[in-house]
Amino acid sequence: MFIRPLAATAALCLFAASASFAQAADKPTDPQISHIAYTAGALDVEAAKLALSKSKNQEVRDFADGMVRDHEAVNAQALDLVKKLKVTPEDNPTSQALAEAAGQERARLTKLDGAAFDKAYIDNEVAYHKQVNAALETLLIPSASNAELKSLLETGLKLFQGHEQHAEHVASTLK
Amino acid sequence: MSPKRCLWAAMLVLAASALPARAETITVTIDKLVFSPATVNAKVGDTVEWVNKDAFAHTATVKGGWEVMIPPGKAGSIVLKQAGAVDYYCRFHPNMRGRIAVAAR
Repeated sequence: MFIRPLAATAALCLFAASASFAQAADKPTDPQISHIAYTAGALDVEAAKLALSKSKNQEVRDFADGMVRDHEAVNAQALDLVKKLKVTPEDNPTSQALAEAAGQERARLTKLDGAAFDKAYIDNEVAYHKQVNAALETLLIPSASNAELKSLLETGLKLFQGHEQHAEHVASTLK
Repeated sequence: MSPKRCLWAAMLVLAASALPARAETITVTIDKLVFSPATVNAKVGDTVEWVNKDAFAHTATVKGGWEVMIPPGKAGSIVLKQAGAVDYYCRFHPNMRGRIAVAAR
């Protein structure tokens, strides 16, 4: 199979981020979990804003609008919850790896335009949501000790699984 | 009452019972990205109303058919015009699915 350099780069970024998920596998604490979940959402909002500044494809723009709307809404709920629980989100290697991978992806996307940008953005959204959902399912939700935090993460998982399917649908229209 | 009047009264009662029943409103609640109940039974002319308890916008979308927008914390509705079963989903979160079985009136 022909693997384009871009896809290979993306795979490497994913690998780097999932490697640090693995490192954190010795059970992140609630302050770390809330930081990771919030960061994952905030990074996706940034990517969506980049898409809204660059893309002219209506399906892509509608998708990006949805990402801004949903991730901002769920992050607002997360902030309300940590305030209520008096939990201070704590930065950690997983959040840092996510931010670094997103930064590299952003640098790559910024250089692209038109259909090439649309495809790269949406493909990355599929991969990104897959990665975050896997982390939520296997690590963050099982590790969360507060019931309300766990419940919000579960809602987040359902929401992001919806995003993953939405992104897959948009990807199918770009081919 | 004369036999003739009695017959008229009986016919009136029959006519009234043959009139279509009043159209109903069926409520589907959306909470944490789930349509509940997932399947509802309705009749042509009934209204389905979706009440969105989530902080996220949703839709009830029938592929190749109608679409209802359901803003966060608000409701959206549609009057059912056609008999038959329809599957619907949320266009923003396609993992949310529901079904309406619409009977003729």
